[in-house]
Amino acid sequence: MTQLATRESEARQDEVQRRGRGLGWMSLGLGVAQLAAPDTVRRISGVDDSATSRTVVPLVGARELVHGAGLLTSRRKNVWAWTRVAGDAMDLTALAMAIAHRDGHRRRRLLAVTGAIAGITALDLLTAVRATQTSKTGSAPTARSARREREGGSMDLTATTTIRRPASEVYAFWRDLQNLPTFMAHLEQVRTTGDRTSHWSASAPFGSDVEWDAEITEETPGEKIAWRSTGDAKVPNAGTVRFVPAPDGVSTEVHVVLVYDIPGGAVGKAVAKYFGEEPHQQLDDDLRRFKQVLETGEVVRSDGAPWGKRARKEFPQRPAQPLSDAELEKGAEA
Amino acid sequence: MRANTWAGRNKVEVRDVPDPKILNNRDAIVRITSTAICGSDLHLVDGYVPTMQDGDILGHEFMGEVIEVGSGVSADKLRVGDRVVVPFPIACGACGACAAELYSCCENTNPNAGISEKMFGHPTAGIFGYSHLTGGFAGGQAQYARVPFADVGPLKIESDLTDEQVLFLSDILPTGYMGAEMCDIQPSDVVAVWGAGPVGQFAMDSARVLGAAKVIAIDKEPYRLQMAERAGHIPVNFDEVDVRSTLLELTGGRGPDKCIDAVGMEATHGSAHIAAYDRVKQAVRSETERPHALRQAIMSCRSGGVVSVIGVYGGLMDKFPTGAWMNRSLTLRTGQCHVQRYMKPLLQRIERGEIDPTRIITHTLPLDQAEHGFDIFKNKQDNCEKIVLKP
Repeated sequence: MTQLATRESEARQDEVQRRGRGLGWMSLGLGVAQLAAPDTVRRISGVDDSATSRTVVPLVGARELVHGAGLLTSRRKNVWAWTRVAGDAMDLTALAMAIAHRDGHRRRRLLAVTGAIAGITALDLLTAVRATQTSKTGSAPTARSARREREGGSMDLTATTTIRRPASEVYAFWRDLQNLPTFMAHLEQVRTTGDRTSHWSASAPFGSDVEWDAEITEETPGEKIAWRSTGDAKVPNAGTVRFVPAPDGVSTEVHVVLVYDIPGGAVGKAVAKYFGEEPHQQLDDDLRRFKQVLETGEVVRSDGAPWGKRARKEFPQRPAQPLSDAELEKGAEA
Repeated sequence: MRANTWAGRNKVEVRDVPDPKILNNRDAIVRITSTAICGSDLHLVDGYVPTMQDGDILGHEFMGEVIEVGSGVSADKLRVGDRVVVPFPIACGACGACAAELYSCCENTNPNAGISEKMFGHPTAGIFGYSHLTGGFAGGQAQYARVPFADVGPLKIESDLTDEQVLFLSDILPTGYMGAEMCDIQPSDVVAVWGAGPVGQFAMDSARVLGAAKVIAIDKEPYRLQMAERAGHIPVNFDEVDVRSTLLELTGGRGPDKCIDAVGMEATHGSAHIAAYDRVKQAVRSETERPHALRQAIMSCRSGGVVSVIGVYGGLMDKFPTGAWMNRSLTLRTGQCHVQRYMKPLLQRIERGEIDPTRIITHTLPLDQAEHGFDIFKNKQDNCEKIVLKP
């Protein structure tokens, strides 16, 4: 359901961007014509008898170039689409004035041009309204999921990696849920409470007291584990991990899907902030560490990023030089 | 301890920094006896590799004595007191890339893999002293270094070869060798090498060792060309002659069978206009490379030949001659050197006297004079080819 809504919103966003670009090219074409051949434009429009139009037409052309440049280069198509609507209003006013003072073939031409402009105005208006609506769900693709979270809703994350270990071993490590905090950045502790039940706690950004119970809903040894939170978890969540033998006959593909049901309000905001603009990066990094732990025994540390999974922010890092005793003592919280 | 650090664009500074400590179980601490300045350090100092930070310790060519090992390093692999040469790529030895001997593409050793993935599509290995893009590991232009996965990379030196004879197994000798190996050299081959710096010299020596009929050195520094000539290679000075016509002359019009780019992203060019074009584009960051050597290698190589790239590139280049590459059936091969693959066989070649790595050393300086070293190396003063630093 939520995925469907996301896809619809993305499709709408793409539509707005495409239509905005179309209008941009049209502006550019009109602008160039009005600047390069103003007399032809004046004749076609039926205003070639007016000296004022000699000044006005190139000015309108220059304005069109600005619209065009804005629509083509900016992702904020909503703003630029509205500037076109404003331009249309100016043009229609000017045309109405011109019509009032003319008759005969000039009036007929002016009416035809006015009809065309009215049609374009309708299109501009439609695009501007659409763009404004969509910008509420995200003006650029990277920000989409994050913005959605702030308003609450469900967030699906998927990630995958290949680990050079047999599926049975990779499965066994994950199935011992108490291992998860060794590589999942946000998890503080997972305590097994029963055969299929466990108690999870997550660190700061979720709020220091975020804890919940979970149960395994499905498990096929060596192949699949599915779980979900139970009771009144602040951030209801569920996950599935599948272990698939890789074509090399040695390695295992790990495919993870996590679903967070993110509430509105303060908790939702904290979650959104935690995941930042690129929620997938978190899970990708979690799986990178999972691979490190299984293949090499632990999470790899460098001088620039010495705290393993505690390295919350990638940049700026500490310089690539050894830690002082004081830094080592303070540890990750420094 | 004392260490040579990056202090902003075009600036290095030897400073006092904390001594390294074990952070991972499979780390070792090495007391460095010899270290070197590499041509690729210049790309970092010149500011063309992103993610450098003030205080980053430079250096990825070093060797020394193991003074401490982590609990995860088994004694049959490495012990305190061992004399080791450390390869510049950090490799875990357990991932898919390591299993395929693609050590510089190790999937586990770069804690900043997310960034390198964004820039390169997939992550690359951690490298000592080589920006945060390659992990943010402190480098080896220092008195001590922490060496992760010490049970995988370091090569024990058990004979009485001098530091100078084995130090370059850490990078430039294997890098030059891999450049020649990727050429799949046949006895009839003429091999042309762009760049007569340290890596280029070793690529030339390796091409000869691998059986090339003729090896050509292309550069503009007379002293570097003379060094190549003394080693038996044919010098071509691109400041004095037209490279294309000279190569045609030297190959009976065929062009070199195999071409090695040992220059990389900061090439200079005989034509002032083309040089200015790429310099401006690089300066405003609209391309990251000044790739004249690579373009010329592709245009010069005989049809069906191999162009092997060991010069370092960082991002994106303009005007890549795809037409020549495609229509003339050229093969392009490249890679950061998978040093671990070559250390043992090359050590044997040194022991047998087939390759003499010491022939390129022109300067030996104390670590504290690293700044002066970078200066003369970068500006090609005092006939500087290769500097060994003694901590």
